[in-house]
Amino acid sequence: MTNTPWIVRYLWLIPALPLLAGGLIALAKQRHRSFAAAAAIGSMVVAFLLSIAAFLEALGHPDVKQFFNVPWFQVGSDVLKLGWMLDPLTAVMLVMVTLVGTLIFIYSTGYMHEDENFARFFCFLALFAGAMLGVVLSNSLLLLFMCWEIMGLTSYLLIGFWFFKPSAAAAAKKAFLVTRIGDLGFFLGMSWLYAHTGTLLFYDGGAGCLEHSAIASLVAHTTAFGWPLATMITLLLFCGAVGKSGQLPLHVWLPDAMEGPTPVSALIHAATMVAAGVFLMARIYPIASAHALPMPELTPTLALEVVTWAGALTAVFGSLCAVAQFDVKRILAYSTVAQLGYMMMGIGVGGVSVGMFHLITHAFFKALLFLGAGSVIHGCDGEQDIRKMGGLRGYMKITFYAYAAGTLALCGFPLFSGFWSKDEILGAAFVWSISRIPFYLGAFGALLTAFYMTRQIAYVFAGPLRLSQSEMAVAIHATHHDGADHKRHPHESPLVMIVPLILLAFFAVFLGFAGTAAWPWFQSFLDGGSATLSFAAFTHALPLMLVSIALVFLGIGIGWAIYHRRRITVAAEADRLQQAQPQLFALLQNAFYIEPFYRATLVKLSDFLAVLADLFDRFLWGGLVKVVSMITVGIAHLDSFIDSNGINAGFDEGCEVVSSGGKLGSMLEAGRVQGYLRAIGAALIVLGAFLLWTIGRRA
Amino acid sequence: MNTSFPWLSFFTAIPVIGAIITLLAGRRRNSARWIAVVFGAISLVGVLCLWHGFDASSGALQFEERHVWVPVLNIEYRLAIDGLGLLMLLLSAIVTLLGMGASWKISDRVPLYYALVLLLEACLFGAFTALNFVHWFTFWELSLVPAFFLIKLWGGTRRSTAATQFLVYTMVGSVAMLLTFLALYLGTGQFDFTALAQLAQSGSLMPQTFAALHIQHFTLHGFGMLLFAGAFLGFAVKVPIMPFHTWLPEAYSEAPSGTTALLTGAMSKMGLYGFLRVLLPIFGVQMQSAHTLLLWMAAITIVSSGFAALAQKDLKRIFAYSSINHLAYCLLAIFAVAGAGGLNPANVAQQQAALSGVLFQMFNHGLTAATIFWFIALIESRSDGLRGLRDFGGLRKVAPVFAGLMGIALFSSLGLPGLNGFVGEFLIFRGSFPLAIAATSVAVLGLLLTAMFILNVIQHVFAGPLAPQWSSFPDLSRNERMALAPAIALMFLLGLVPQLILGPLHGTIIAMVQQLKF
Repeated sequence: MTNTPWIVRYLWLIPALPLLAGGLIALAKQRHRSFAAAAAIGSMVVAFLLSIAAFLEALGHPDVKQFFNVPWFQVGSDVLKLGWMLDPLTAVMLVMVTLVGTLIFIYSTGYMHEDENFARFFCFLALFAGAMLGVVLSNSLLLLFMCWEIMGLTSYLLIGFWFFKPSAAAAAKKAFLVTRIGDLGFFLGMSWLYAHTGTLLFYDGGAGCLEHSAIASLVAHTTAFGWPLATMITLLLFCGAVGKSGQLPLHVWLPDAMEGPTPVSALIHAATMVAAGVFLMARIYPIASAHALPMPELTPTLALEVVTWAGALTAVFGSLCAVAQFDVKRILAYSTVAQLGYMMMGIGVGGVSVGMFHLITHAFFKALLFLGAGSVIHGCDGEQDIRKMGGLRGYMKITFYAYAAGTLALCGFPLFSGFWSKDEILGAAFVWSISRIPFYLGAFGALLTAFYMTRQIAYVFAGPLRLSQSEMAVAIHATHHDGADHKRHPHESPLVMIVPLILLAFFAVFLGFAGTAAWPWFQSFLDGGSATLSFAAFTHALPLMLVSIALVFLGIGIGWAIYHRRRITVAAEADRLQQAQPQLFALLQNAFYIEPFYRATLVKLSDFLAVLADLFDRFLWGGLVKVVSMITVGIAHLDSFIDSNGINAGFDEGCEVVSSGGKLGSMLEAGRVQGYLRAIGAALIVLGAFLLWTIGRRA
Repeated sequence: MNTSFPWLSFFTAIPVIGAIITLLAGRRRNSARWIAVVFGAISLVGVLCLWHGFDASSGALQFEERHVWVPVLNIEYRLAIDGLGLLMLLLSAIVTLLGMGASWKISDRVPLYYALVLLLEACLFGAFTALNFVHWFTFWELSLVPAFFLIKLWGGTRRSTAATQFLVYTMVGSVAMLLTFLALYLGTGQFDFTALAQLAQSGSLMPQTFAALHIQHFTLHGFGMLLFAGAFLGFAVKVPIMPFHTWLPEAYSEAPSGTTALLTGAMSKMGLYGFLRVLLPIFGVQMQSAHTLLLWMAAITIVSSGFAALAQKDLKRIFAYSSINHLAYCLLAIFAVAGAGGLNPANVAQQQAALSGVLFQMFNHGLTAATIFWFIALIESRSDGLRGLRDFGGLRKVAPVFAGLMGIALFSSLGLPGLNGFVGEFLIFRGSFPLAIAATSVAVLGLLLTAMFILNVIQHVFAGPLAPQWSSFPDLSRNERMALAPAIALMFLLGLVPQLILGPLHGTIIAMVQQLKF
């Protein structure tokens, strides 16, 4: 380890700095607002610079996994180690998280300016960033899981940041619990992996659980259903990823998570944390993709098949739901669900680099969209209903252009970043050897994406303003600047919020060129090779690209035709789709009624079991105890009756005491006390009898 | 440390002396409180000195004192500790201080209260150091006396019933255990735990006892199981394991919160200690043959207590069930370890992990549960005794520090990584899962249920709109913060550096697993 580069040895500083900042802010007083913001942003900037250094180091050795392990504690004769690592996957995630994080932190100083818990907000944000960075660079599944859970905690705290709103408190609890359902699988998978391989370190000079010998043993070992252990463990870990990344059927928490302040939605519930599930699958890809026998590359394993189907179904599901939402943030939330589905599908059909490319581009354009939405909400004094917006292009120009860039990236408009990354996934799905259905699902999702984003733009930025004076939302912000100077029309956000938007927009537009079909630099970097410029590859991918371009234009066209050709003029007007297909619209609006279904089944079941357990306790077990004590008392009486009729004089006296105790007890008819006293008496009799008997035997 | 000095007897005597001096304080309530705290602190320092002088790499018994007591009956005064005993001493000393802190607002017969708390500590010290059954059993039973009076004299409205139920229930278990050990004594002439364990490992304990007692109508196996059942009952009631737990919610909720902190933090560990010190070494074979049943009892206890906690409306009852839940993880691991036996070297790593987890979890639960009950005591003292889940709401608004610190304790109980609770649970599951896949997979549900009821508490007590009657709910005072800070700091410290506890225990863990020879 002596020749480990300094940046690898000190990689732990990257998560430690924000964590430290979070700790300091927690100890500081609430009114030290600028200290809080400065500490959080400062730590993120330093972390960003260190990440760049780490990135450059990884750039030099894209094909090596550099790691640094340290002992944590002793378990009997064993030592449990944790560690951190650097490879291209870690490097790109580090840069993305610190960069997006820094921008969102800066934006938050503007967005949260009025909030009385400003310092607390930055404390949680910094803790979150630390935890997320920990997930990204840990070289141990255990350390990853620990950071993963802390990330879950900060997500809980931030969704419930406005804890005095019951809806926020409920949403926070829901998010924590639903993700924890998935984490149970993660936990079991981790225990199993540890038990089988004896380590949770990913890389450890040949002894790690992602290295050759461990994987060989994982695929050789067969468990239930004849599955190799590798499949079983991947699926258990995937449960965790499903929870965290909002995949079907554990997606229900993510739309509700929008109760949190918008920067939180941007950073945690769009760009970074929710992508951690995808990252996890990328990290354990060596296990997920391992076959017992040598197979051609990218032959899907059962585990990857499951990942693909879950992703493809989620992609369509999320897109469909996004079509029928009215809350500007919920549209984006369902869109996030769908895009996470694409990423999962990308990992399943095309491997790490395909899924990860979309993760990175999505992080930038979705952060941009959320921050744009935040700017819109801020400008409209807390209004989130798109029906009441409209015409905002005129009031907030920069926000509009930034938002438009994000929208085009998300739709996969040619040359924008999302175009390249989504295309890559569809291309891989097209040649998937199991089935072509995921491709069709993905393509349909792409069409829907273009459609719902156009609908949103039409509602928010085009047409006339429908925000009426009387209906100005009385939300969080309104309470802070009520008074005579209350601005009664939408306004552009302050510079501190606009600059991050512009920077993010830049990445949303241009980042895709790092991984085009002609020059797949990003993908080659992640796969540990070097990219070559090849127009042959580009022309090969061209037909499919044209199909997806056609889908995007079709989606935008339909959206434009429905929502913009005839302007939306009144806020009360029902959605055009709703007018045409009310039942279908309701189905989509309620997200296929999955949540009411859970409420009616799982939640009811859990409530029922709780009541049952309580009743069991009070009546069954309590009753049994009563019965037992009564029986004992009965026997005691019988005994005393027999004894008093004179078998053993010495014994008689002892029983006299007991039965008089019993009579005393029976006078206190009220409580249970008597039963127990008698039980003691009976036990004493049994004891005495036993002793007499055994002594008699010996004699 | 000078090993010839009777350190263990000395440290057991200190709280007794403290109790006497506390009683002398008479009407000066504050002096009584402070005298008790000083003696509690001296005990803690004493245990820390033992900790310092303890040889971590050895799993052997240390600081041994051995004197003939009743030679006719072969009863010895024998004290010694290994890592397990040491850890329990440390926990008792810490929990006693936490319990004293949680009882600060008690204003009735203060000297007596604190004297009883110190007496309880002395009994715990005695029970965790004694290695001869007679001697140990004396402390085991004696500890009920201060506990009984603490509930009976300072408890809630149904305190009498609760106290009696607590006492009698435990006594019934104890009587069964006493019978078992009398039988073993009649068979082997031994009361000494180590000697009995050696006999058990050589396989001659049960045959010898069986032969000596001339029992008819029983097979050797059945006889062994009968004796095991007797000893098991004694400990099962104490921990407790379902269905022997019905005394607990009543006792924990009726006792004053400071006393509940002691009951759950330290006394419940006497049962687990018995499982590890007595049942596993002496009745290992019987435990192994009953392990399927036992594992499922533990799993059902975990899940069922989790659900029961969800249904409770009273904060103290919620955390009473939470205690059952958390300690049942320890039982699960112990049964998994026993079920695997000692003959397969492939299981050693699993068993070591599981037992490390058990010891760590015992300590963590004591620390965390006692702290939570302290917070509940603070809530009660601020609300004239209210402690219903639905009585509050939005307290975080007016008492942010209170909410924050109690939140840390609650998340520690939930098993959040970075805090102490996680490492124990992780080691327990990591060790038990490969040894008992089915039961552990069911038990893992408990982790979800814990999260459910704990987040429920946070949601209903601290979040939501502030109810007007609580608009002047005081936040933690400076003194309260200072008093609670060490406990909270310890949660972080152990969560981040578990080596502090697990390091000194590793020799003991290795020895405990080596002992399993069945």
